[in-house]
Amino acid sequence: MPITVEIPKEKWAGSVRVVTLGATRAEGGTRAKTITVGGDATLPFLHFDGAIPNRPALAIEIKDRKPDDWSPLLYETWGEAMQDPADWARAAEAAGADLLVLTLSLTQANGKPNAPDNARAVVRQVLQATGLPLAVFGPGQAEKDNELIVPVAEEAKGERLLIGVCEDKNYRTIVAAAMANDHLVSSKTPMDVNLAKQLVILIHDMGMPMERIIMDPTTGSLAYGIEYGYSVMERLRLAALQGDSMTQQPMLVTPGEETWKAKESKVGEGVPESWGDWKRRAVNWETLTASSLIHAGAGVVVLRHPESLKRAQRMVDGLMRHTE
Amino acid sequence: MALSGLQIYKLLPQTNCKECGYPTCLAFAMKLAAKQADLAACPYVTEAAKLQLEAASAPPIRLVTVGGDGARLEAGNETVMFRHEKTFYHRPGLFIHMRDADGAEAIKAAVAVADGYIVDYVGIKLGVDGFAVEAASGDGVTFAAAVAATRAASQKPLILVAPDPAVMAQGVEAASGARPLLCAADESNWQKMVEIAKAANAPLAVRADTLEKLAALVEEIKKAGVEDLVLDPSVQGYADSLTSLTQIRRLAIKKNFRALGYPVVTFPRRTANGEVDETVLAAEHIAKYAGFIVLESFDPATLYPLLVLRQNLYTDPQKPIQVQPGLYEINAPDGHAPLMVTTNFSITYFAVNNEVEGSGWPAWLLVADAEGMSVLTAWAAGKFDAERIAKAVRSTDAESKVNHRRIILPGQVAVLSGELEESLPGWEIMVGPKEAVDIPGYLKVMWGEKVG
Ligand code: B12
Ligand code: SF4
Repeated sequence: MPITVEIPKEKWAGSVRVVTLGATRAEGGTRAKTITVGGDATLPFLHFDGAIPNRPALAIEIKDRKPDDWSPLLYETWGEAMQDPADWARAAEAAGADLLVLTLSLTQANGKPNAPDNARAVVRQVLQATGLPLAVFGPGQAEKDNELIVPVAEEAKGERLLIGVCEDKNYRTIVAAAMANDHLVSSKTPMDVNLAKQLVILIHDMGMPMERIIMDPTTGSLAYGIEYGYSVMERLRLAALQGDSMTQQPMLVTPGEETWKAKESKVGEGVPESWGDWKRRAVNWETLTASSLIHAGAGVVVLRHPESLKRAQRMVDGLMRHTE
Repeated sequence: MALSGLQIYKLLPQTNCKECGYPTCLAFAMKLAAKQADLAACPYVTEAAKLQLEAASAPPIRLVTVGGDGARLEAGNETVMFRHEKTFYHRPGLFIHMRDADGAEAIKAAVAVADGYIVDYVGIKLGVDGFAVEAASGDGVTFAAAVAATRAASQKPLILVAPDPAVMAQGVEAASGARPLLCAADESNWQKMVEIAKAANAPLAVRADTLEKLAALVEEIKKAGVEDLVLDPSVQGYADSLTSLTQIRRLAIKKNFRALGYPVVTFPRRTANGEVDETVLAAEHIAKYAGFIVLESFDPATLYPLLVLRQNLYTDPQKPIQVQPGLYEINAPDGHAPLMVTTNFSITYFAVNNEVEGSGWPAWLLVADAEGMSVLTAWAAGKFDAERIAKAVRSTDAESKVNHRRIILPGQVAVLSGELEESLPGWEIMVGPKEAVDIPGYLKVMWGEKVG
């Protein structure tokens, strides 16, 4: 007995905005390619409901110097390359990253506070080392971010970097620098739909075009708050599709940073046996946090381990391969 | 989908005889719609109306129980597409795959290991939910021996996987009393599978490769008398799986489409081409709508993150998991032991507790009432400040438990030390490390030094 199954489809009023990172020579930069994210007219990967013109972009985070407190597994995988940001950038490109996220440290390798000259030099080195689009974020302390990111924005004028971190108390200087030098900004708020929306409005009110704003709704690691980030992202995506213009920015998330802080990834000794093999567990921690956030609507996903990158890439390949 | 009061009224006798205890049939209908009355109170309702009303009040996704004498597992009865709309209720069961061809002894040993697996996450004990035994040999006797071996090593719920009804029957016999999920009835074997399921009063999985075929088969099987069904839409990869499982959930919840109103079973490793990463696809199934997930092998490094992901996504968004505020003893502390303060968010409490406990240091852990929030969240929300900490010190009488006057703050809220000095006169405020992992090292240096 045949049965007709009529699939209920959603008719959405809005879609996620299209944002392009990086600029080629023809566009006033020096990147070998650009990356475009957003444009989704549906919930993540529901191709039957609406178009998904772009895949989520997968980034690798590198630092301006070898960090002091990362997991031994990350030192093991990047090895010597971590000594030099240019080498690290090349290694990340070779690992298959779509773009790079360079986070600046508070201090330099010699223990001195990080300074504008150093930040400029590192960004220049990284831009020369690879043709990938680049994001540059400060250490996450308002004053230091301003001190370092403004010169970086000038140094890389025209490259359409994604710069940050813009937070509610500290967005004006960075947004102004981005506007003056043709960059994009990352608008970061602590896991709240209304706060995310508000900051985008404030940034836009300064004159920043919507096509140059990415929002970072803040991520928690698996076991340490992922469910909050996951649901806020689902709600932001629903709001975007329902036509709420100020929630339509593509979302950037940082599962790499969050998970590699977690004990489950970070350490291999003195943990319960029931946690299983350290390396597999650690990479699973990052991969599953990332993959869940991709399902919740992430547009740019920042990772730290090349194996998580490979696994997330294969998942995105699979999710984008569909038959109508 | 629930009927409105008016829709229910149309199905009632409309004579206003008052025997139900309400003045009118309409009043009674309104109470029924609000689920504050029982249909049985009306003696005159027709059989046809009763059926219609019962069908309408059934949950859109049937609750199916697998397991019998030992442990049981429920799946289904979900009501929303997104966890923020309410919550997800029944965590998908994680089952470990066993192949009968491996032999009874090997199976018994493998099952025993997985059965004994327990991992602690914020005080919740998590583990494998059951075992899926597959008749890979195609031989009924081998299959029955494998089922018996599994049961000898574990009381947990079972899924029996056998396409051949004759083989399945032998497995079911070996599983008597266990109420296994039978996997699966398809176009070719369903009549015989239905007989087996009925005789054993066991839930039955229904497999087809399109939703039309699946719905049609479910209708046939329901007519043949089996109601406890589970859907196997035979998904292969990331995209088709997300599509099928979303469509099934949507049809059930939004359209009250009965033929697909059942929990779903998935086998993330079933794809032959190896393009799918089982762990990543299993994670997708946890987030997006599976009821039972069969994992190819037992590996704690994979299972632990999957179990935690499941726990996280199935946490009720309205109620963060909290612990009781108070003064906790770790490793039998005496008056010299350090006093540390934290919040009553479960994740926070256990992160700290586990570190201190594991280090062997005796310590007092003062858990302040921060309304179930993490250290920084609570601080930012004004729920973890000097005043609250001082109040916790007093209300728990910490002063009489320790013979020193030093309290260790979480490094994340070092800014509180000044205020706290004022709120707790005579106390020395020490700032601990930012991450719990570093507490043992910190105690060794900082406390060891001070106290000797
Ligand atoms: C999940 C989360 C939430 C959840 C709350 C979850 C909960 N029940 O607490 C939600 C979404 C509700 C939320 C809300 C808010 N949040 Co919030 N949130 C987070 C997030 C992502 C993770 C927090 C977490 O769970 N961490 C895990 C736990 C285990 O960490 P922890 O408690 O700090 O414990 C660790 C250490 O502190 C240490 N430790 C703990 N106790 C002790 C004790 C001692 C003695 C020692 C030595 C160590 C120690 O050990 C633990 C493990 O290492 C963080 C950002 C991030 N990624 O960290 C932001 C964050 C904490 N939130 C923030 C903010 C601002 C808010 C809001 C105020 C936003 C708003 N205006 O609405 C609200 C406040 C809540 C409210 N008004 O109701 C900010 C705080 C910024 C700041 N520095 O002030 C953060 C840092 C995000 C950011 N970067 O802006 N948040
Ligand atoms: S008992 Fe039945 S028929 Fe009588 S008033 Fe109540 S609902 Fe109406």
